[in-house]
Amino acid sequence: MLRDAWLIARKDLRLEMRSRVALNQVVPFALLVLVLFAFALDPDRGLLEKATPGLYWIAVLFSGLLAMQRSFAVEAADGVTDALRLSGLAPAGIYLGKTLSVAIQLLVLEVLLGVGVAVLYGTSITGWLLLIATIVVATAAISTAGTLFGVVASGLRVRETLLPLLLLPVLAPVLIGSTRAFEAALSGTPSEGWPWVGLMSVFAAVYVVAGIFGFGPLMEES
Amino acid sequence: MTTETAGPLEASDSGPRSTGSRTTLILGIVTLLALGVLVLFGLILSPADENQGEAVRIMYVHVPSATLSYVGCFLTAIGSAVYLWRKSRWWDLVAYASAEVAALFTAFTLVTGMLWGRPTWGVFWVWDARLTSEAMLMLLLLGYLAVRGIAADYQVRAKRAAIVGLLLVPNVFIVRQSVQWWRTLHQKPTLTLAGAHIEGLMLFSLFTGFVAITLAFVWMVIHRFRVAWLEEQVDAEGLDTAIAERRAEGVVS
Repeated sequence: MLRDAWLIARKDLRLEMRSRVALNQVVPFALLVLVLFAFALDPDRGLLEKATPGLYWIAVLFSGLLAMQRSFAVEAADGVTDALRLSGLAPAGIYLGKTLSVAIQLLVLEVLLGVGVAVLYGTSITGWLLLIATIVVATAAISTAGTLFGVVASGLRVRETLLPLLLLPVLAPVLIGSTRAFEAALSGTPSEGWPWVGLMSVFAAVYVVAGIFGFGPLMEES
Repeated sequence: MTTETAGPLEASDSGPRSTGSRTTLILGIVTLLALGVLVLFGLILSPADENQGEAVRIMYVHVPSATLSYVGCFLTAIGSAVYLWRKSRWWDLVAYASAEVAALFTAFTLVTGMLWGRPTWGVFWVWDARLTSEAMLMLLLLGYLAVRGIAADYQVRAKRAAIVGLLLVPNVFIVRQSVQWWRTLHQKPTLTLAGAHIEGLMLFSLFTGFVAITLAFVWMVIHRFRVAWLEEQVDAEGLDTAIAERRAEGVVS
């Protein structure tokens, strides 16, 4: 299963390396969102710096949504889904591999966005340990849930509109948790942030289990 | 409504043939009577509250429908689980019917809550943990219903919906937990029903509300289930019927 996961993750990442869609389209979109927030909230009033955690995670969610849609769009064309089923790879392995590749792309995106808010919003960064822990578990939570709902929406004519409707309410706790944890880290009170890291870990664990067992039935049909 | 059955029949011999039955008719009458009793106690016999005034009467329908919105959500998860396990169409449609009725009750809860909030708090909406999680439940249910609405094979739709439906319960738990922490870290919960002293006629009115609204919920789920069942039958028979009709035309001319 893990070997299959590694194969799928490498395949997806190689596709991204060669097509550069994430780099050329998703990353600029994420930076665009940061700039748009600055237009919406007057940068001179210090609002941007105060709202950094929330704006940062909203930018991650929206641009992450694009990366997740892309992760299944590459499988939709030319009957690749059938080929994947015929390949004999374990469905749980396919799920974990896709999750891993989405997670790696999200991590790259998050680092770039982090540099973006530090430079553009003038946010001073403190509480590194909590920040890194939050990024790791929030990425795990977003990519595990995103991959599962991604396959629920995949192959449908309405997939572009269905995925955000399914995924964003589900990810609301992750948005709340990661935002509060970031606020705690940046305001120098990390003890308030750790319960949120715990909650997001539970979330990610629930979705890993659901994905491992649910991906098989979802792959079989259609 | 009765089903016109032209052409070959297969699975429809078992299962409902119309949207109602004798049992649902009796249940419907009992529900109407219970709602009548609720109106009598809720609007006429029970006194106004010292603090909330007449607005307290909204509670007699608001609290039961909030409870039933969660019950419907659990029922959807159970139906989804049994569908995934046994591939039972019956349970799949139970999940569908209860999700739709639960969404209706959630909307009703939100509307009655706002109508109560305006005179009591002065605003329609506050970012209280309870309100926010009810709103999130509404959005989760709308996501589930969106999956039910996709144009695809029955198997595809049912399986995907079942996965989403099964995940409703952990999602609701995590959302509730996160929203509670989110609010209580910053401010105290704005409303707690535990603090409100309720007794006598008001307690009885609330009890009547629970009975009447629960009956209405059951009646609606049963009817929605039967409609969904008939819809599936029409889909399955549609093609066979069309072929049979065209053949019959050919014979006449």
